[in-house]
Amino acid sequence: MTSSSPSDTAPRALLGVLALQGDFAEHIAALEACGARAVEVRTLAQLHAVEGLIIPGGESTTIARLLIAFDLMEPLRQRIREGLPVWGTCAGAIMLASEVTNLDRPPIAAMDITVERNAFGRQIDSFEADLEIRGLDEPFHAVFIRAPVIIRAGAGVEVLSRLPDGRIVAAREGRLLATAFHPELTADRRMHALFVRMVQESAPVPAERR
Amino acid sequence: MTTTNGNANGSHGGTATWTLKAGLAQMLKGGVIMDVMTAEQAVVAQEAGACAVMALERIPSQIRAAGGVARMSHVSKIKEIQAAVSIPVMAKARIGHFVEAQILEALGVDYVDESEVLTPADDVHHIDKHNFKVPFVCGCRNLGEALRRISEGAAMIRTKGEAGTGDIVEAVRHMRAVWADIRRIEGMRDDELYVVAKDMQVPLTLVQEVKKLGKLPVVNFSAGGVASPADAALMMQLGAEGVFVGSGIFESGKEFPEGSRERLDEQRSMASAIVKAVTHFDDPQILAEVSMDIPDSMRGISVAQMAPAELLAGRGN
Repeated sequence: MTSSSPSDTAPRALLGVLALQGDFAEHIAALEACGARAVEVRTLAQLHAVEGLIIPGGESTTIARLLIAFDLMEPLRQRIREGLPVWGTCAGAIMLASEVTNLDRPPIAAMDITVERNAFGRQIDSFEADLEIRGLDEPFHAVFIRAPVIIRAGAGVEVLSRLPDGRIVAAREGRLLATAFHPELTADRRMHALFVRMVQESAPVPAERR
Repeated sequence: MTTTNGNANGSHGGTATWTLKAGLAQMLKGGVIMDVMTAEQAVVAQEAGACAVMALERIPSQIRAAGGVARMSHVSKIKEIQAAVSIPVMAKARIGHFVEAQILEALGVDYVDESEVLTPADDVHHIDKHNFKVPFVCGCRNLGEALRRISEGAAMIRTKGEAGTGDIVEAVRHMRAVWADIRRIEGMRDDELYVVAKDMQVPLTLVQEVKKLGKLPVVNFSAGGVASPADAALMMQLGAEGVFVGSGIFESGKEFPEGSRERLDEQRSMASAIVKAVTHFDDPQILAEVSMDIPDSMRGISVAQMAPAELLAGRGN
């Protein structure tokens, strides 16, 4: 639909957004604005069909319970071990972390980071800020809502962005991306474009599958 | 994100901006917000997968039974609930009672519900919600009422339904009314929107935005009468973006004694089933599965048999 889409002859990867709870619709719209194909993921069949996955903002305690209740937790872990690119925003970043403070269910535990939930306090402490992000030329206007922070990043984790006080709010480890903020809530599509490129680079789509 | 409701916010950040107020509601979508009176109930709600809890003095069915004046929840109860759970805590203030709202903001609640379920403090004016850092959710029965609340600063809307009845009919009526008006506006010429704004007594810019978006400019949940997983899924299929459940959870399991482990287990089971039904609202197979082990729904009251004076939804317009 836009000039940023790959040529019509190249098969485009199918991206998914975990749609158990949260602002998955905004992520779908943002991916489509980047020229990607995107679907909601609620079932095992949908999880197996996608070549990249976004875990959206939402309530991490709710998303964790629903992943377990609908038997998606282990299959998702398996797909990540097999190389599925995944991007978690806010609650999604919490779910990706190997360790989380104050979450009463085990997270997916795919990324070597420790995340603190509600690190800034309650809703009245939510804020917006312009961030320098590694890989982006210009600052990115970021929306933090009851946001977490990454309080530890393992040796293999690349820190992409910090707040002025040094706290980590974006990081990448291989095919996994975590942001404490919500790029889906603003019109700036650069983070979504970055993730679409990560998926395309990691999983070229064989022509016979399309 | 829009600024057309009059919330001036620069693009360069800060706190309590319109983006942040409306944005928290975006994070609640596809979820269930549960009415709770105590920290113990809040823990049951969180354990069942609620995306937020709503603190109130008595759940609506008890307000109906007890009569008298229903006010903001006791401050100590709200603090106990905040201490007990990590999910967002909302609390109700009376319509027009801006001091209750000030107190709730000072307590650090995550959202204030200016609610017709409590006894109104002002029969003319709603709270000027632009004056607050804390975001507000308000009830509506139709699009005009929703847009009037948004123009006053509400960052989230819920259709009112008829709280405390366990009867879904009013929730259905109000959700259908909102969407019927949205579809009507979508089909209009731009020069026909002026008279819509005049008739609804709302700013023209909001009507124009509804036409452009094909939906409300803020998140819209359903409230008032949800008493089963099927009710919750019905409201989602009718266009709700999430569901408030009040009496439907903590009025269930009543065959067991109050405070007993068995009753809490039954309530947790109902709450968990409603959470799952909202996620898979359009999958009848899963809806059947999650409805297998739930307790009997609250007995309820048929709205059609109630006297008009008993109805809460008419409070505030």
